[in-house]
Amino acid sequence: MIVGIAILIALTAFSLLTPLVVDGSPTGQNLAQTLQPPGPGHRLGTDHLGRDMALRLAAAIRVSLSVSIGATIVAAVLGVGLGVLAGSRGGLVDRLLSTAADMVLALPGLLLVLLIIAIAPGRFWPLYLGISLVLWIEYFRMARAITIRVAASPAVQASQLLGFGPVYVFLTHYWPQMAPMILTVGAFGAATAILSVAALGFVNVGIRPPTPELGQMMIELLPYYHEAPYIIAQPILVVFLLVLSLNLIAGGKAR
Amino acid sequence: MIRLVSYRVLQAGLVAVMVGALTFIMVRSLPGDMAFRIAAGRYGYDLVDGAAAEQVRRELGLDRPAIAAFADWLWSMARFDLGVSLVSGVPVVVEIRHQLGHSVELAVVAILLSMVLGPPIGVLAAIRPGGLFDRLVFVATVGLRSLPQFVIGLLLIYGLSVHAGLLPAAGHGGARFTVLPALTLALGLAAVSSRIARDATITVMASPYYRFGLTKGLPPGETFRRHGVRNIAVPVITYLGVQLVYLIEGVVVVETLFAWPGIGHALVHAIVARDVPMIQGTALVMGLMFVVLNGLVDLVCHLIDPRRRAA
Repeated sequence: MIVGIAILIALTAFSLLTPLVVDGSPTGQNLAQTLQPPGPGHRLGTDHLGRDMALRLAAAIRVSLSVSIGATIVAAVLGVGLGVLAGSRGGLVDRLLSTAADMVLALPGLLLVLLIIAIAPGRFWPLYLGISLVLWIEYFRMARAITIRVAASPAVQASQLLGFGPVYVFLTHYWPQMAPMILTVGAFGAATAILSVAALGFVNVGIRPPTPELGQMMIELLPYYHEAPYIIAQPILVVFLLVLSLNLIAGGKAR
Repeated sequence: MIRLVSYRVLQAGLVAVMVGALTFIMVRSLPGDMAFRIAAGRYGYDLVDGAAAEQVRRELGLDRPAIAAFADWLWSMARFDLGVSLVSGVPVVVEIRHQLGHSVELAVVAILLSMVLGPPIGVLAAIRPGGLFDRLVFVATVGLRSLPQFVIGLLLIYGLSVHAGLLPAAGHGGARFTVLPALTLALGLAAVSSRIARDATITVMASPYYRFGLTKGLPPGETFRRHGVRNIAVPVITYLGVQLVYLIEGVVVVETLFAWPGIGHALVHAIVARDVPMIQGTALVMGLMFVVLNGLVDLVCHLIDPRRRAA
């Protein structure tokens, strides 16, 4: 788990610090210097349009992280909120929300994201919306199950009889039970989000060029794997490390 | 049993409604004049004129109020009428019938391959938990799960096709063409099923009934066959249901990577070309494939686990 956090911090630092250290823009082309090996001018080399790989990777990591973190937070807040609501109210509210969750589960996640992206291709919001829509289910189910279990406990009933409000009950009774689970679900979810964004970029329906995105960088660089294997290896390695770090964080906590 | 089937039927209905509603919103919410956009997708941006757009408008019923169009859509869905592809002009049902076979073939081979690879490795790893082989398998599975499927596919193409020249890199033909895409999917699936099999094996081997089998003098191999296999198979197959999400998503990516003429490939193409009836049809079929496969997993669980039949 510590290894996972360390990798994640290192990648985040790289993505945030590189633009400060390296001059230029991730989309600035220089056709006189394409597919350069790593050297003094370009620390990680250049791609097929002479764009600086360090800057592009940094920008792509920011895209991946912002989509996954944004979607994860939206999904967590929505899922936990609705889960607690469904679990504590029961009855019709519970029935409606659980049916909604079942509906989303009926379609595989990426398929749902693809359909939502088809509504407005090339924008960011369908990506966020689609991924959060897939991710909130996990939180919802987890929060609902814990709420139902905890709500029946004497501790909650005592708090309610003493006249404490729902906010107090949530913070003292529900939250401590959920917090560790949320980290695990969140890390797995963020890993899924990063893989989805890359997969969408790879099949050319995700984020539009020239905005750098890891999956799309791979497909762009694919024809040049022979001339510059180290260049295409970079986005692959970055995706691998991102997902690996999140999996390690999630797995470490689960045990 | 009946509850099981009826749940899946309900789920299939939900898939149809979801896909339909999403495609419906898609058609209605595109910026600009939808008819012009679709016509442009069909004839190219230079050749679009008012007449072409008008034809598309009539064809899709875009000139009618939303409620009427939605009712119309429900009616055509009830008759399994999926419309006509806007790009090729062929009925969507015909196109999909052609592609579905390829996708099912790929999915089935991938599942079988993952069952051959994953569980045996997991069982072997469980013989000595914490041993060298167990650790190696652990590193390999975490690594595989952290790589996007298309990267696994690329590495396989690079290793087995470009370098060794053993297998064709992409396309569709005889059995040789199936190996790489199926293996790509299977590796991802096997990474999880081997973990599940390993954990299940450890639990089963530590259980009182297994110990008793050994204590009463059954040889280890016999004990494993009689008391181990089925009990390990239950969680592995149950988990296969969860993994189907990964499989269906993988079909989209892997078919695109290997230029495999299946429905995942068709879906991506349809999205790029804004071919609305095709998007609707392919998404619907993929969703239904997901439900049917899940139903099959339920059935297999029922067959191998008598406790479920009793319940």
